[in-house]
Amino acid sequence: MTKLEFVLELNDRLSGLPSDEIEECIGFYVEMIEDGVEDGISEEEAVARIGKIDEIVDQIIAGIPFTKIAKEKIKPKRRLRAWEIVLLAVGSPLWITLGAVAFAVLLVLYAVLWTLVAVAWSVFAVFTACAPAGIFFGVLCFTQGRPFVALFAIGAGIVLVGLAIFAFFGCVAATKGCAVLTKKIAIGIKKCFVGKETKNG
Amino acid sequence: MDIQLKRGLLDVCVLTAIKNEDSYGYKIIKDMKPYIEMSESTLYTILKRLEIANMLTVRSVEHGGRLRKYYHITDAGLARIEDFKNEWREVMSIYQFVTREDEHNDQA
Repeated sequence: MTKLEFVLELNDRLSGLPSDEIEECIGFYVEMIEDGVEDGISEEEAVARIGKIDEIVDQIIAGIPFTKIAKEKIKPKRRLRAWEIVLLAVGSPLWITLGAVAFAVLLVLYAVLWTLVAVAWSVFAVFTACAPAGIFFGVLCFTQGRPFVALFAIGAGIVLVGLAIFAFFGCVAATKGCAVLTKKIAIGIKKCFVGKETKNG
Repeated sequence: MDIQLKRGLLDVCVLTAIKNEDSYGYKIIKDMKPYIEMSESTLYTILKRLEIANMLTVRSVEHGGRLRKYYHITDAGLARIEDFKNEWREVMSIYQFVTREDEHNDQA
């Protein structure tokens, strides 16, 4: 891939982002390619060293706040005509409601996801609290001369310790997974607003 | 390596690469190469993040008929390097403790 092809593709994939962001990003990579060529490598090699455009786009999008991307997207590219304003105003009960519902659904799904993680941590907390209580109760039963109840209670306490250890690693994994998923969802949503303009004409 | 830890390390590496003299993207990656591999896209996001955090400033200088961006470390950037050194003294002493325990276990 030549420098020009790289720039054109990157520009295409970043369309929809604020123009200053695109300009700055492309400027950075052009400088890297030109410095590479100056250092003695071919233009194609310098472009190849930069890596995949998908990764570049993902990293750039991840670093830009969603509000900035959305603001750029909804900003009219030209002055709206009178009939368009009327249509927007008349249709507002419908599109505002649909937008609010879509937002609420996404928010609820997200909340459910983190609630599940919170429930997992709660289960871990219950196991952690009950394990020593069971062992303590068992010891107490021994001193009161109830060996069968004591054995059962101590056994239950030890099982709970094991479950708490398993639950801890499960909770940590779930929290990390949820955080990674959140990041991916955020990039996915941002990507819906970026890189489509030129393809749609 | 933990992502947050690696992110913090890379930030300090980039700041160190421009500590003694102002530098530009290509040279930063080249200077860091013997110690740590970093892609251009990673460097771009780090430089942006450090600029927003006021740890470096950027100026364009004409070079060979084109503009090249030079990055200059600020006092906040220098302070970040110092913080890193202090934090890692503690980490290194913990590391020595951990490895000493391993040696004891091996000998036993």
